[in-house]
Amino acid sequence: MTAQKLSIVKAINASLRTALENDPKVLVMGEDVGKLGGVFRVTDGLQKDFGEDRVIDTPLAESGIVGTAIGLALRGYRPVVEIQFDGFVFPAYDQIVTQLAKMHARALGKIKLPVVIRIPYGGAIGAVEHHSESPETLFAHVAGLKVVSPSNASDAYWMLQQAIQSDDPVIYFEPKRRYHDKSELDTEAIPAPLHAARVARPGTDLTLAAYGPMVKTCLEAAAAAEEEGKSLEVLDLRSMSPVDFDAIQASVERTRRLVVVHEAPVFLGTGAEIAARITERCFYHLEAPVLRVGGYHAPYPPSRLEDEYLPGLDRVLDAVDRALAY
Amino acid sequence: MTVDSTAARKPRRGGSKRAGAKTAAAAGAPELVQLLTPEGERVEHPDYSIDLTAEELRGLYRDMVLTRRFDAEATTLQRQGELGLWASLLGQEAAQIGSGRATRPDDYVFPTYREHGVAWCRGVDPTNLLGMFRGVNNGGWDPNENNFHLYTIVIGSQALHATGYAMGITKDGADSAVIAYFGDGASSQGDVAEAFTFAAVYNAPVVFFCQNNQWAISEPTEKQTRVPLYQRAQGYGFPGVRVDGNDVLACLAVTKAALDRARTGQGPMLIEAFTYRMGAHTTSDDPTRYRRDEERELWEAKDPIARLRAYLEREGHADEAFFAALETESDELAKHVRDRVRTMPDPDDMAIFDNIYADGHALVDEERAQFAAYQASFAEESH
Ligand SMILES: Cc1ncc(C[n+]2csc(CCOP(=O)(O)OP(=O)(O)O)c2C)c(N)n1
Repeated sequence: MTAQKLSIVKAINASLRTALENDPKVLVMGEDVGKLGGVFRVTDGLQKDFGEDRVIDTPLAESGIVGTAIGLALRGYRPVVEIQFDGFVFPAYDQIVTQLAKMHARALGKIKLPVVIRIPYGGAIGAVEHHSESPETLFAHVAGLKVVSPSNASDAYWMLQQAIQSDDPVIYFEPKRRYHDKSELDTEAIPAPLHAARVARPGTDLTLAAYGPMVKTCLEAAAAAEEEGKSLEVLDLRSMSPVDFDAIQASVERTRRLVVVHEAPVFLGTGAEIAARITERCFYHLEAPVLRVGGYHAPYPPSRLEDEYLPGLDRVLDAVDRALAY
Repeated sequence: MTVDSTAARKPRRGGSKRAGAKTAAAAGAPELVQLLTPEGERVEHPDYSIDLTAEELRGLYRDMVLTRRFDAEATTLQRQGELGLWASLLGQEAAQIGSGRATRPDDYVFPTYREHGVAWCRGVDPTNLLGMFRGVNNGGWDPNENNFHLYTIVIGSQALHATGYAMGITKDGADSAVIAYFGDGASSQGDVAEAFTFAAVYNAPVVFFCQNNQWAISEPTEKQTRVPLYQRAQGYGFPGVRVDGNDVLACLAVTKAALDRARTGQGPMLIEAFTYRMGAHTTSDDPTRYRRDEERELWEAKDPIARLRAYLEREGHADEAFFAALETESDELAKHVRDRVRTMPDPDDMAIFDNIYADGHALVDEERAQFAAYQASFAEESH
């Protein structure tokens, strides 16, 4: 396989397949990942080809899944764990935060925890509660974890390869509403570093910084703004921990305005951190305060209200207008 | 029969090559409490008995038929796009009606997301169950109105809430009891294990009612446990019993006994209702990927409704007029549900900010005001 157009689901599946083929220590674990191929079919066909010892249907216990993945990693394996939905990671949160994140430091750096935790996240799929959350900030806040999210097939494939090869625990957030969007994947390409931001669309008047599901929304906003004669740069952050502040700074020094967009609540979110740091770094470049567009300080609403809750084109463009009005 | 009398027996499921033949082996297992055979014949059990009037028997039958009809209607409504999702209880009517009818009004019920039949027994308006699945709310009823808690989607969590509630009952010196529902898959969660521990330690008046419908989405019970689930209770220090979950009489008798035990200070009990999920896990699921049709056919022969009907007819407890009237009542219920759901209004946009805090919160107030101003700006533009 070289260059082709693939959906994100298929790209992740191909990435897992490559990892399982390349390294006998890689394991795939989770609820329903075997015969069913996962509720989103991300692991479709893997158990058939690699067997039940490598693609493991686990008991329904998230703390158990992550806790045993830690043990397997201590024994030299590289588990790639699937959490079925964002809202179900919390039974495992204790293991992730109090154990997985800290063990490397506690062991004086002598042990490595190459555990990848894949979490389908975000809204706009019309689901019932606990199926549409954006808890990435909760993980990015914890030292010892790396947190990333692809927005297209190529990143879905390559970032997962890199996450699996990383000796650190990586929380890999999959933008479920974009699962079936197709884009170019070149499996022979030389990928960008895992935590580097990427200019998804160059522009001169303002930078929109986003990751995961919101990258597409921002690209659409930039296309709409172009019709009104505004040139917006879209930066795909790709990583929430670490954040590529240098890339954001470079972009802001060009465009002088920044709007950060994410589905997760604005309050104490990734956007808040970026706004604070970029204000420190670019105070004399900025023509407007850094603005944020994101979720409210409210539980994720029932699905009939999610269009109002989630940042859409209009809310992004409204923030762009406000930033440009300074 | 409690664990004490069966503990010495070899596990019948799991742990051996015979695990593959699970349904046949388990259904005929002697530890299964049964009062009504699949053919609709009344049998006796040494530990659990029940004596019901013809009217009570017809009542149980009516409950099961109406619950099944409601469930079927909800599945149809999902197919028609009126609901985003539905978790069908098809096949589990006896487990739910039997256990639900065993509760007293002052008891408290903690369901998962599939307990539509229990909700029916508690007097919850069935259309209230649909709001969450339609996407107009995240709950949809006042739990205290019928002592029926909200549906819990995060599996196993409610076992702890139930236990805590039961601990409260003890502190109050009341004689109510609590029943917590969960699935065989959920039994693997730490929360359920912790609930067992607390319930045992505090001798809480809580009955754990595990509906083992043999599947947790695509995973068979073998992926959760290597011993019959009811036997787990022993390790925590309270009795466990396995009941034929397709036998409404046995479910009623066993649950009544367990609730009475709890009420009289004898502590928790685990009931494993051995049943079968006849449909998909939810309307999003495709069971053909992981299980064979023959399995379902095997269980259709044990249908809980058909067996009670056979019994009612055999004993002359119900006549044609009863069944015909029930058919009409089912049609009316289905129509009522259909009409109610189709006209169920979408929530107001501002509901996003409702009921987040009981005492209010400055940030929520600020965001609510910003949101309102933003929404209003579109209205102004369109003038
Ligand atoms: C903590 C958590 N993890 C995963 C899920 C996703 N999920 C929903 S239902 C289900 C299977 C539950 O099976 P079981 O407990 O046997 O109950 P059943 O649905 O068969 O009645 C799973 C994995 C969830 N709801 N909560």
